Amino acid sequence: MKEKKRNYDQDIVGDGINSIQKVLEPASRVSNNTVKYALIGICTLFLLVMLVLPLVVVIVNALKDGWMAYRKAVQDEYTIKALQLTLLATVAAVAINTIFGLFASFLLSKFYFKGRQLLATLIDIPFSISPVIAGLAFILTFGNIGWMGDFLKNHGIKIVFAVPGIILATIFVTFPFVFRELFPVMNAQGKDEEEAAALMGANGFTIFRRITFPHIKWALLYGIILCAARAMGEFGAVSVISGHLRGKTNTLPLHVEILYNEFNTTEAFAVSSILVILAVLILIAKNFVEWKKK
Amino acid sequence: MEQQIIKVKNKKGVRVIPGFGLSLGVTLFMLGTLVLIPLVSIFISASQLSFQEFVNIIISRQIVSGYVVSLSCAFFAALINAVFGLMLAWVLVRYDFPGKRLMDGLIELPFALPTAVAGISLTYLYSDKGWIGSFFDKAGIKIAYTRIGITLAMIFVGIPFVVRAVQPVLEKLDRQYEEAAMMLGASGTYTFFRVVLPELFPALLAGFGLAFARGIGEYGSVVFIAGNIPYKTQIAPLLIMSKLEQYKYEDATAIALVLLLISFFLMFLINSLQIYMQKFSRT
Repeated sequence: MKEKKRNYDQDIVGDGINSIQKVLEPASRVSNNTVKYALIGICTLFLLVMLVLPLVVVIVNALKDGWMAYRKAVQDEYTIKALQLTLLATVAAVAINTIFGLFASFLLSKFYFKGRQLLATLIDIPFSISPVIAGLAFILTFGNIGWMGDFLKNHGIKIVFAVPGIILATIFVTFPFVFRELFPVMNAQGKDEEEAAALMGANGFTIFRRITFPHIKWALLYGIILCAARAMGEFGAVSVISGHLRGKTNTLPLHVEILYNEFNTTEAFAVSSILVILAVLILIAKNFVEWKKK
Repeated sequence: MEQQIIKVKNKKGVRVIPGFGLSLGVTLFMLGTLVLIPLVSIFISASQLSFQEFVNIIISRQIVSGYVVSLSCAFFAALINAVFGLMLAWVLVRYDFPGKRLMDGLIELPFALPTAVAGISLTYLYSDKGWIGSFFDKAGIKIAYTRIGITLAMIFVGIPFVVRAVQPVLEKLDRQYEEAAMMLGASGTYTFFRVVLPELFPALLAGFGLAFARGIGEYGSVVFIAGNIPYKTQIAPLLIMSKLEQYKYEDATAIALVLLLISFFLMFLINSLQIYMQKFSRT
């Protein structure tokens, strides 16, 4: 008796909701659509003005004086040298930060120890620091007034205002990138599989190669791409430490600055277009990896 | 004996996997040499100043105005980014439309585009002869070489942080609550502000904090559009740079130390606010 009544009630409620839904749906869908298209419109406009337009400006200005002028600016001796240095610094930063990212995320995700949280926080520091401060830190360490300055001078090693300084500054700025992509993936995977393999007698390298690595390969590639993007475009830190020696310690972004400050606007934009092309390639690679990851 | 040690460690559930020592060693060595030692140098160098000297440097008018410009512009830029970032995340998660993947891919552009390139491009666009700047110039509004321009450049560099912080949380959000609210008669706006927004708020705050911190420290994209007019559009990182060029290392160190403390304090504040809010919403 009691049970029957409850069913009856539920039916009424169910019917009620169904009928409300039927009545409400057409009206709410119309207003939802207006909101939807308004929001999509605002977002598209925002992205066009804020992100796409600056790219268009670079390309248009680069080609303003014609194709020959563009080729001349891009094939300039200093441009080529700057490009080489940028690539060198990027490769070095990616290599070092990949090694660090692999070890650090393995450490923090597979082992539990005191100070784990503190270590994770310390690794993230370069992320929240102004690049200019990063550059200053290296000057205060390795420069003439730095506490290692005398030692380096006596041994004839030049770091500040030289290529090693540029590489160090680039590494510093991109330090947490690979780690940040790897750690969440390794952490989510847990350590059961590695423990099982270890108990069955696999050595550390085999465990990493056969068990950990297959899980993280796309995340690793993703981290490397982000790291390369940031390393290639680093300006503030490198600017402090480079000394702006043309053909020696000039990276591509610094070369852009010099040309721009000399009012060689077209050349500055032409050199910028190389960086824009690299940035777009990186974005495409990034989206491809993101798609593969899923 | 050796067997026993392994057993004890297994009981505690630690360190069955080999490689702890090596990983710890490599991590600490690289972190130490590449990040911590240089950073400590700033503190060592700052400690050579007496407290009075330090205070005298940072309360000089030029430097205080540098902090004010950096902090206020970064704050407004982060605020604007929070609004547009939330909107972009919403559109990317909830709606289907042609070009959605392209829009999603574009978000990271400020991240991939070198800041110096963004800087000269934005300056060209918003100067009084540029495509957008000339338009505003007729209305009597100057954008390049004013604080509006600085804020604009900071919006440019900060937008991916907010979108990428909010997007994953919004994707995981259970739509049942919204449906329940709608069913109970709440309007779309009411549902958004009372049901969806509180769930997204910690992520939004994290994105805001990252964008804010990035804005304060940003140099490359801001320095061109700022124009560096003393007391008006000089940002704090630029002051460090110009002090270095004048070989005034003490001044540069003092400015950097304050900037470091501000960004650490900010990160700490936002972290603790997030933890507090997560606790609050769970119970």
